[in-house]
Amino acid sequence: MKTTLALAAVASLVASAAMARDEIRIVGSSTVFPFSTAVAEQFGKKTDFETPVVEATGSGGGLKLFCAGIGAEHPDIANSSRRIKQKEFDLCKSNGVKDIIEVKLGFDGIVIGNAIDSPAFDLSRKDIYKALAADVAQYGRMAPNAFDNWIQVNPALPSQPIEILGPPPTSGTRDAFEELALQKGARAAGLDKAEAKEVEVRSDGAYIESGENDNLIVSKLEADPQKLGIFGFSFLDQNADRIKGAMIEGVEPTFENIASGEYPVSRDLWFYVKKGHIGVIPGIEEYMDEFLSEDAIGEDGYAVEKGLIPLEEDELSKFQSAVANQTVMTGSEDLH
Amino acid sequence: MTDTVQTSPDASFHSGDAAKARLRKRRNAETRLRAYGIIAITLAALALVSLLYNIFARTAKAASEHYISMEADIAPDEDNFLKVVKSAAKEAFPYASGRKNRRAIYGLFSDGAADDMRRAAEEGTLQTGDAVPMRFLMSDTADLYMRGEFGKLQTQPGPNALTIEPEGKGFTLRTSGDAFADALGLARTELANEAATLRRQKARQSVGIETLEKRLSDLTGPERDDTLAQIEGFKAKRDQLETKANALDTLITGDRDTRLKLSNRMASFFVAANGGILKLTEVAADTALATPLVPMESASGVGGGDWSLRILERPEIGRPVKDMQVAILETLKSEGRIEEIANWRFFSLSDSTQPEIAGIKGALIGSMWTMLVTFCLAFPIGVMAAIYLEEFAPRNRWTDFVEVNINNLAAVPSIVFGLLGLAVFINFFGTPRSSPLAGGLVLALMTLPTVIIAARASIRAVPPSIRSAALGLGASKTQTVFHHVLPLAMPGILTGTIIGMAQALGETAPLLMIGMVAFITAVPEGITDSATVLPVQVFNWANASERAFDMRTAAAIAVLLLFLVVMNAIAIILRKQFERRW
Repeated sequence: MKTTLALAAVASLVASAAMARDEIRIVGSSTVFPFSTAVAEQFGKKTDFETPVVEATGSGGGLKLFCAGIGAEHPDIANSSRRIKQKEFDLCKSNGVKDIIEVKLGFDGIVIGNAIDSPAFDLSRKDIYKALAADVAQYGRMAPNAFDNWIQVNPALPSQPIEILGPPPTSGTRDAFEELALQKGARAAGLDKAEAKEVEVRSDGAYIESGENDNLIVSKLEADPQKLGIFGFSFLDQNADRIKGAMIEGVEPTFENIASGEYPVSRDLWFYVKKGHIGVIPGIEEYMDEFLSEDAIGEDGYAVEKGLIPLEEDELSKFQSAVANQTVMTGSEDLH
Repeated sequence: MTDTVQTSPDASFHSGDAAKARLRKRRNAETRLRAYGIIAITLAALALVSLLYNIFARTAKAASEHYISMEADIAPDEDNFLKVVKSAAKEAFPYASGRKNRRAIYGLFSDGAADDMRRAAEEGTLQTGDAVPMRFLMSDTADLYMRGEFGKLQTQPGPNALTIEPEGKGFTLRTSGDAFADALGLARTELANEAATLRRQKARQSVGIETLEKRLSDLTGPERDDTLAQIEGFKAKRDQLETKANALDTLITGDRDTRLKLSNRMASFFVAANGGILKLTEVAADTALATPLVPMESASGVGGGDWSLRILERPEIGRPVKDMQVAILETLKSEGRIEEIANWRFFSLSDSTQPEIAGIKGALIGSMWTMLVTFCLAFPIGVMAAIYLEEFAPRNRWTDFVEVNINNLAAVPSIVFGLLGLAVFINFFGTPRSSPLAGGLVLALMTLPTVIIAARASIRAVPPSIRSAALGLGASKTQTVFHHVLPLAMPGILTGTIIGMAQALGETAPLLMIGMVAFITAVPEGITDSATVLPVQVFNWANASERAFDMRTAAAIAVLLLFLVVMNAIAIILRKQFERRW
C-alpha cells in the first residue's frame, strides 16, 4: 500500500513537471548555440523569466524535435544554421505545428585556415572544388580526383599536399561548405546545375573528418603546418594568434567582409518559434525581442562579440517587424 | 631411444657450462619479466602523473581571479549596475575618449562586476553614495593578460636623455645610442619577410605562366584564348608583385634615420615616461613617432634612466587584449590597483557564456541528483537480482539465458541506453526532458549489469559453510541470505556498485539523447528540474571558443575527479564497516 502511494506520488510529480514548464526550451544548431546561450543568459538576467534551457542537437536534430508536436514536452524554439527544409516544414504541419515564426538572426562565415606561420592561401571556389571533390572534370570528362598537391590544382598555390581537416557530414557547417564552396566551385569549373548538385567530398584521405569540435581542428592545425582546416569564423576570431584564414576569391575572411556579403562562403543563421507556445510558455516574445535587440546584435552587441555577424539594417527591421507582428510562415516560401 | 638415455639427469647435467648457460638464460628471462612489469607500471604512472599535472597545473590558474579597484557613484535606488560600472570606468580613465578607446576600457570589465553589485544590493550589503571604493571583476581576456597568457611585457631602461616634441596628435621622441634599434630591426625584418612573400608569390605566378605556356601548343579555339588570357593575368600579377617587392627593398635599405612604420602584425613597443605610456608607431634608430595611450603628466624631456622602453612580443593582431588595454592594465598594476583573489565564484555560480562568471555549482548538484537516482535504482534492483539468481533460482536454460543477457548488457555501448531512455522514459512515460530523473534512470540501466555481475561474484565467494551453519541452526533461506550471506558479500557488492557508478558519473553519450547536454544556468532543486552534469559541463566548456574556458575546463575535470574520490572514499568506509575476516 505504502509503495503504491509512493509510486503514485512520484508519477504525479513527474506528470505535473511535464505539464507545466516555466522555462523556454531551445534546441538546434551547434553553430547558433554560443549566440543563443549568450542571449538566453542575458534574457535571464534582465527579466524575471527563468533562463531558457539551450540544447545543441545540430540543426537537423533540433528541427526534428521541434516538429514533433505542440505542448510543453516539445521545445519552443529551434535554432538552425540553414533554412528549414520543405520536408521538415511538412513534418511540422502533419504534427500540428502549423504556425511557425521564422527569424533570420545573422550570418556565419566558414573559414579555410592554416597555422599562422604557414604559407598564405588565396583560393578560388574552383580551386576548392578541384582539390576536394570526389570526381573532377578534366578536359571535358569526369575522373576520380587525382590531385594530391595544391600546386597541381592551381600553379599559383603553395606546393604542399592537399590535406584538409573538416566537419563530418552530420554537421551544418559541412552542408553549407558543400553548397557554398564546393558546388559553386563546380559551377565555376563548368558543370551545370544538376551536375554540381551531385558533387561529393572526396573520401581518399585528402579530406579528414575531424568531428564537430572546432577547437580540436584549430589545435591540430597549430601542430601540423601542412594541413588546412574548415571551421566557423568565431574560432578564427578567437584564435587569431594561432591560425589565419585563407582568402577566398581574393577576399579575406574578416568581420567586415562577411557582414557585407563580400566573403563568398557565409551562410544564414535562423531560429524558428512555435506561435502556439507564445502565451503558454512565459517569455518567448521577450526572448525574441532580446535576440533582435541592439544589445545583442547591434554593433557592440554581446552576440556580435561572440563572433555572430549581424544582419544589414533593412533585413533586420524586416525580421523585427515579423517578430512584433508574429508573422507566421505561409508555406509558400521557397524552401528546399 | 638413445636420446632419452642421454638426457636423463646425471652429475654433468647440473654442473658444466651448458647447465650454467641454461641457468643464466632462465634467470635472465625472469629479470626481463620483472623489468617488463616495472616498465609497464612506470609507463602507467607516468601517464597518470602527466594527466594529473596537466589538469591541476591548469586548474591552478582558475583558482584566482583579478579585480580592478575604482571608485563608483552608486545611487541608493540604483538598478542599472552595468551603467554604474561603465561610468566608473569612464571617470577613472577620462583620457580614453572616442568610441574605440571607450570600448577598450569597458572590455576590461566583466559583466560579473555588475552582477556582484546587484547581488550585494539584493542582500542589502551594497554601500551607496558618491565615490565609493569598489572592486570590479576583470573580464576574461584582461584576466588572461594578467596571467601572462599573451606574453609578459619586457622593460628596457632608456640610458640616454629623451626629448619629446608634439607632432600632430602624437609626439616625436628623440634620444641617442640606438635606443630604438630593436624596433627598427624588427620593422626591417618584417618588411623583408613581406618582400620575400611577394617574391614567392611572384615565383608561383612564373611557374603558372610556364605551365600554361607548355599546355598552349595542345590547345585550339576558345580554350586557347582562355589560356592566353589567363597567362596575361598571371603576367600582370607577376609584374605588380615585383614592383611592390622592390618598393619594400628601398625602404629596408634606407639609412638609420629613415622612419619605418610599425604594424599591428609586429611586436608592440611602448615608451613609459613622465607617468604616461606612449605607443611607437614609426621608428628610426634614434627617433620615433609615438601616440599617447596613457597621457603623460608633462611633455617635457626626461633624462637618461627616467624613461623605459616596454616591449610586448606578441603582435596586437594576435591577442584579444589591445595595446590601449595593455597600457591601462600596466598603469593600474604599477599603481597597485589590481588585486588577485581566490575564485570562490567558481563554486557558487552555474554555467555562463562568459568564462569569468561561469561556475560548476549547477552541474555538481545535477550530478549529485542524477547519481542519487542511479544509486537508488541500480543498487537495490541489482542486489535483489543477484540474490535471486545466486541463491534461489534453479539452474536451467532459462537462468542461463538471463545470465548471458546480463553479461551482454554490460558490453552494450552507452549511447544505446540513451536511445532507449529517449524512447521509453521520455516519449512513453513522459519523464521531463533534461531532468536528473531521466538521466538517473538511463544511467541506472547502464549500471545495473555491472552491479549484478559484481554482486553475484561476491555472493558466490561467501563460503558454503556459512550457509550450511545458518541452515543447520534452523534459519530459513531468507534469513540465511539476509542475516549471513549478504553482510559478508557487501564489501564486494559495494566495490562493484562504485565501479558502475563511477562509470555512470563520467558518461555524456547517453545523456545527449535525453537532453542533458544543454546550457542550463539554474541550479536544479529536485530530480525533475532541468539539469546538466559534470562531464557535460566539461564537454561544453571544452567546445567553447573563448580561451579562458581552457582553465575552467581543467577545473571542472578536477571537481569531477574529486567527486569520484569522495564516492570511492564512502565506499571504502562502508566496506571497512562490513568487512569480516575468518
